[in-house]
Amino acid sequence: MSDFWAMIVFSLVKILVIIGILFNTVAYLVYFERKVSAWAQNRIGPNRVGWRGVLQPFADVFKLLLKEDIVPEKSDRIIHTLAPMIALFVAFTTFAVIPFGPEVTLFGYNVPLVVADINMGVLFVLALTSLGVYAITLAGWSSGSKYSLLGGIRSSAQMISYEISMGFSIGGVLLLSESLRPIAIVQSQSGWMWNAIIQPIGFITFLVSAFAETNRLPFDLPEAEPELVGGFHTEYSSMKFAGFFLSEYANMTIASALIVTLYLGGWQIPYIELLGLPAGLVVALQVGAFIFKLVALLFFFLWVRWSLPRFRYDQLMSLGWKVMFPLSLINIIWVALLIMVFGI
Amino acid sequence: MALKSIKRREKDLTFLEKLYIPEILKGLSLTFKNMLRPKFTFEYPEEKFIPPGSYRGRPVLVEDSNGEERCVACGLCSRVCPALAIEVQAGETEREKERYPEKFEINMLRCIFCGFCEEVCPEEAIIMSKDYELAFSTREEAIYGKDKLLVPISQIQDRIDFLRQYK
Repeated sequence: MSDFWAMIVFSLVKILVIIGILFNTVAYLVYFERKVSAWAQNRIGPNRVGWRGVLQPFADVFKLLLKEDIVPEKSDRIIHTLAPMIALFVAFTTFAVIPFGPEVTLFGYNVPLVVADINMGVLFVLALTSLGVYAITLAGWSSGSKYSLLGGIRSSAQMISYEISMGFSIGGVLLLSESLRPIAIVQSQSGWMWNAIIQPIGFITFLVSAFAETNRLPFDLPEAEPELVGGFHTEYSSMKFAGFFLSEYANMTIASALIVTLYLGGWQIPYIELLGLPAGLVVALQVGAFIFKLVALLFFFLWVRWSLPRFRYDQLMSLGWKVMFPLSLINIIWVALLIMVFGI
Repeated sequence: MALKSIKRREKDLTFLEKLYIPEILKGLSLTFKNMLRPKFTFEYPEEKFIPPGSYRGRPVLVEDSNGEERCVACGLCSRVCPALAIEVQAGETEREKERYPEKFEINMLRCIFCGFCEEVCPEEAIIMSKDYELAFSTREEAIYGKDKLLVPISQIQDRIDFLRQYK
């Protein structure tokens, strides 16, 4: 009985910590997006609110809270309100299955550093991220505006073409780990056996698909400002808009965490066990390594956004179907060959 | 029937370019280099932009080094002004230069900073200054009289040098 309560307490603490960290990450990701964009264009960026502008995200949220919430007359009110909620829900739930550290022993209990250690975690992530597209499509459809509708349709078309190559790239990872559990996948990449090194093609296809999944440039066609005003969120304002805005950044964090888990060895630091450090320090270093990898990938997301132009819609489709899809199949064959020949 | 051999056009991509990845890496390295370069931003209220002599800011009247205004109230500036922003009324004095502007007003809400007044002035008396911070809270405030227009010559020497060289 006491084990049961201990599990509940540990889970609640983990949930609170993760949600807190995730909210702050998202808030500061917005800040860093603006900073990186400024640096890439030889500007300074926000530097007025607080020391070097560090309070800027809170000022932004405060401003959005005070804005008028406009609902268009021709919109479907219920779905219009529901869509940003779906977006936020999906964005913040997915993190439950991402392991951010190894198992630790706290007060005599073995605690895995993951909120929910479920044995089909990867499928859970895939299912939820696909659900995220509904938020955008429903937002586009319910707004009663042609720009929103076009954005929503683009989003679903984009999802269909990139989800496939994403799934097949994950197939390569699953072949090696022989498990859908995120922790098992991380453990299968011990030493330098990172999936990014063993199957670079799969890594690249997954990375590109992740960009498309999160609607980030160069694949941000659902919101393409020059053509579609604001795309799916044209008719959104106030906190509903902020919901979409924050969920985009939360999705980026999830995508980065997923890439770290599946391809960059998760929390592991290669050969750290050879140094003979105390166990507590090792765990701290490993959690630090996970955060470092996550932040590096997030920077990469921002960096790419401010370097590359947007794809044209037909280019996006032909890239998804004619390049990414075959490449991810080639990757599966490559991994299968590796297993056959070298017996990894 | 025979098809002409298709020439490679300038816009056709080579195989390496079609792979995207080398080109993407090029682009990324370019933006990364730019992140490390010095910034262009002026932090405005603290750090002000000082324009070069070619800048056309608020028109001012020149006050010579002996404290006299140069303007002889000929009214040419007022005639040439396309926005009808200048109003001049001439007066007489006992000095060597008999005429002087009794009233000289520029409506800064009308001024379009074209610099025609400066170009037409035979006495080099009206000059475009470097002053660009022009904000008013009422319409009356926007009408600049002689008190605001007269500026010592030392402050606008840059512009005068520029005009003498290029006008």
